[in-house]
Amino acid sequence: MTAKEKPKLAMYWASSCGGCDISVLNIGDKILDVDQAFDIALWPCVADFKIKDVKGYPDGYIDLCLFNGAIRTSENEEMAHLLRQKSKVLVAFGSCASEGCIPALSNLTTKEATFKSSYLDNPSTDNPEGVLPQPVTKVPEGELHIPVFYNTVKTLDQVVPVDYVMPGCPPEPPQIWAVLEAIITGAELPAPGGAIIGAGTVAVCEECSREKHEKEIERFYRPHEIVPDPDVCLLEQGIMCMGIATRAGCGALCPEVGMRCAGCYGPLDGIVDQGANMVSAIASVVKAGSGALAGIDEEELAREIGKVMDTIEDPSGTFYRFSMAHSLLTRVRSNGDGAQDGGGR
Amino acid sequence: MDEKVGVYVCHCGTNIAGTVDVEEVATWSGEQPNVAVARDYKFMCSSLGQELVEQDIKELGLTRVVVAACSPHMHEKTFRGACERAGLNPYLFEMANIREFDSWVTDDREAATHKAKSLIKGAIERVVHHQPLEPLPVEINPNTLVVGGGIAGISAALELADGGFHVYLVEREPSIGGHMAQLDKTFPTLDCSACILTPRMFDVGQHPNITLLSYSEVEKVDGYVGDFTATVRKKARYVNEELCTGCGICVEKCPQSVVDDVFEAGLGQRKVVYTPFPQAVPNYPVIDRENCIYFQRGKCKACEIFCPTEAIDFEQQDELIEIEVGCIILATGYDPFDARRIARYGYGQMANVFTSLEFERMVNAAGPTEGRIVLRDGETQPESIAIIHCVGSRDQNYNEYCSKVCCMYSLKFAHLVHERLPNAEVYNFYIDIRSAGKRYEEFYQRVLAEGANLIRGRAAEVTDVARLPDEEGKLIVQAEDTLIGQQRRIPVDMVVLSIGIQARHDATEVAQIFGLGCDFDGFFIERHPKLDPVFTMTEGISIVGTCQGPMDIPDSVAQGAAAAARVMSMITQGTVMMEPVRASINADQCSGCRICNNLCPYNAIVFHEDDEVSEVITALCQGCGSCVAACPSGAITGAHFTDEQLISQVVGVLWDVRQPELVPAEEG
Repeated sequence: MTAKEKPKLAMYWASSCGGCDISVLNIGDKILDVDQAFDIALWPCVADFKIKDVKGYPDGYIDLCLFNGAIRTSENEEMAHLLRQKSKVLVAFGSCASEGCIPALSNLTTKEATFKSSYLDNPSTDNPEGVLPQPVTKVPEGELHIPVFYNTVKTLDQVVPVDYVMPGCPPEPPQIWAVLEAIITGAELPAPGGAIIGAGTVAVCEECSREKHEKEIERFYRPHEIVPDPDVCLLEQGIMCMGIATRAGCGALCPEVGMRCAGCYGPLDGIVDQGANMVSAIASVVKAGSGALAGIDEEELAREIGKVMDTIEDPSGTFYRFSMAHSLLTRVRSNGDGAQDGGGR
Repeated sequence: MDEKVGVYVCHCGTNIAGTVDVEEVATWSGEQPNVAVARDYKFMCSSLGQELVEQDIKELGLTRVVVAACSPHMHEKTFRGACERAGLNPYLFEMANIREFDSWVTDDREAATHKAKSLIKGAIERVVHHQPLEPLPVEINPNTLVVGGGIAGISAALELADGGFHVYLVEREPSIGGHMAQLDKTFPTLDCSACILTPRMFDVGQHPNITLLSYSEVEKVDGYVGDFTATVRKKARYVNEELCTGCGICVEKCPQSVVDDVFEAGLGQRKVVYTPFPQAVPNYPVIDRENCIYFQRGKCKACEIFCPTEAIDFEQQDELIEIEVGCIILATGYDPFDARRIARYGYGQMANVFTSLEFERMVNAAGPTEGRIVLRDGETQPESIAIIHCVGSRDQNYNEYCSKVCCMYSLKFAHLVHERLPNAEVYNFYIDIRSAGKRYEEFYQRVLAEGANLIRGRAAEVTDVARLPDEEGKLIVQAEDTLIGQQRRIPVDMVVLSIGIQARHDATEVAQIFGLGCDFDGFFIERHPKLDPVFTMTEGISIVGTCQGPMDIPDSVAQGAAAAARVMSMITQGTVMMEPVRASINADQCSGCRICNNLCPYNAIVFHEDDEVSEVITALCQGCGSCVAACPSGAITGAHFTDEQLISQVVGVLWDVRQPELVPAEEG
């Protein structure tokens, strides 16, 4: 590329909350360096582009595309294919694009149940005629089309191949800048093919300054139920901190200020299912009853274990808050009874 | 993944082929990706079957082998050997169990054939991810620690010492001998227990290869097979062993006597400075601090005044000794069942109800009554005696298991009563007579011929409330005689409760010290109930005698000798090769969260405070996988059980399961 022609940057927002866009802007005055280094080719949040503009670009025109948001609708999927075609480097940016995040928790239920709570049963919704979104609506002028709402939320890499993954909900601004700076200065990136960038290689505990000891947990607490000791590992205190099963990179922001790590940076290398790993780890350190096995009735032991487990509120929303779409679970069976009422957790 | 896998489907005669269509399974296996050859054969474990594998490895250049046959417990070693002989790393082999898991659990040929395919597919998918592993050599320290100086421990110690290897024998009580030293006669030969035991005790005391640490307990064990360090607390005897000659003057002069709850089972007394029995080994006395007048009130010192060698040392302290050994043999024995737990038999409430251990001491010529069978008053000879079997055993309320020795010793009691009190009537209340053992049944017949009354029925209660005139002043045993189908009330003068064998009260703590497993009854768990009865899952630690379950003297002796032979075989090899199936921690990926730190049953995980990472000590690790499963960040890998291997196997087993459609077609 010549000095005049700057590399092209795209940032897209699919099914997500918008926090990823804000996080990019949160890199502060470095945003001016980004503007100096790149031409913006698509960034709905900050500049007015139309789909037809993107369709008009030659293939591979966009040098770097940061795609945030999960694939929830036919529009999300269409844009994923389009941006893959037009981008040299496609990054699954943030937890929704890389793991499914909060939107993918609706994989625990069905589209119908989701609609029901969004458009019908919601106390703040007034919809006496029970109108639900329809992909096609006939009007005198012809047919109106809106995107199809899928039953299952998917990640970007379940739809198109991605080159890099930047985890986080949202990715932290210093990590975003570090990656952009590396690209601007032409520093070497890992080999593409889904490699993780902008994050660590060990668990959050590595960055957390709390004291860690051997663990024996007799019950769990929700955040409002306990004032945590400021210096000791939160998990040891019975707070369901996911730091042990979560990739570092955030600087342990949450546990450092007494909030449990919710797991947004996703699993570590080689881990197939973050939630399952967390469950397995927790199961290993629960202390039920006296802790001695000999002479204890098995049913009694099961009851004791059950008592501890009952203190874990919303297990799937706790262990799979960010990783449902990418987990071994993926979703509930859509013909299963539990899925129909949208209830259950 | 491009591997050449050989798949071998075993008929196991008709064990597998009777239910599974082995030809069809072999043909199908041959069509799977990566499979270079698939065959079926009548007996894969035969030498011809093994040669088939070896030949294919050499001629077809197989890089992986799957044998679909029985449980890997049976023949994994066999086929690993075949691979190794043909030059293939033995860990590039996988076994699919289509017998115990398949043909033996169904008659449905179609379903069994289908399941065999799934299991084999899992094995194929897994084996391509196998990595060559090398066994770990460990050097064996030739010294051995034997814990417990009962007959099992004595037997193990003497075998090893006679074989030329040094033994540290640690005994909790002041003398070795264990329960056997308390017994009078042994069934079925009626040998005098002490007469056959004391020469062996003496040998232990004199043996140049045995260091005897009596009145001592193991507090801590560190290390691993070949290189254990045991910390032993040598309790203060208040007698200097180097000066003491065992003359016994201190015992004679001691003014204080107490009830001997241990050796005399509460039936007799001993002095406060004492040796448990005349033939004690070692024969140095011990001062019982709790009851000693000097320790309680600050004066007396009669023993010190009269000791000719100035061996009494009231200032003596406990001593901690570190012992380095290669192997450990546990022979910690049993506790007798506490007869007070069964209130309806009245032990502790009615004077003339005795436990079998009390009766042993009573009939022993060296015991408190010099062998006379008398009531609690110490004088009256009973005219009738009831012996109640299975006290605390074969009973869901106490111990469900059979204590194995009670039938025989109860019959022995019947015989001894006939011998000492020819006119007395003996009634044995039994559920079943279990006389399985060499010449045991003959002994039973002999006791029957001597005129013992055997009543088949568990005794309901023992009472002193008379209903009939001839019951006045007697103990009445009520039981249903199940052979005649009637309730019976038998008035007797004396009742003997044949109490069972229980795990030691502190067996769980001992198990923790040595890193062993206990079953729900508290007995230590052997490695394999049939094929490896004296080793445990912890390499280098054996269990012998009643600490692993009820058994009699010959079994205990045999186990002691068996463990000694196993230990000697390890020592003479110099090094042992250990399974390389171990966990390891990638220090770069460990965040120091410490989830794994207290999980390891073998204490193989250490946490390094300085760089805040955990480490698995390879030689200590037994490959159980607890830490691998628990590690939330994937920093711990179990060799031969990697996530990749396991997930591939699961995917293989589920080969025919329809993939769930993520997006239903109508949405596409």
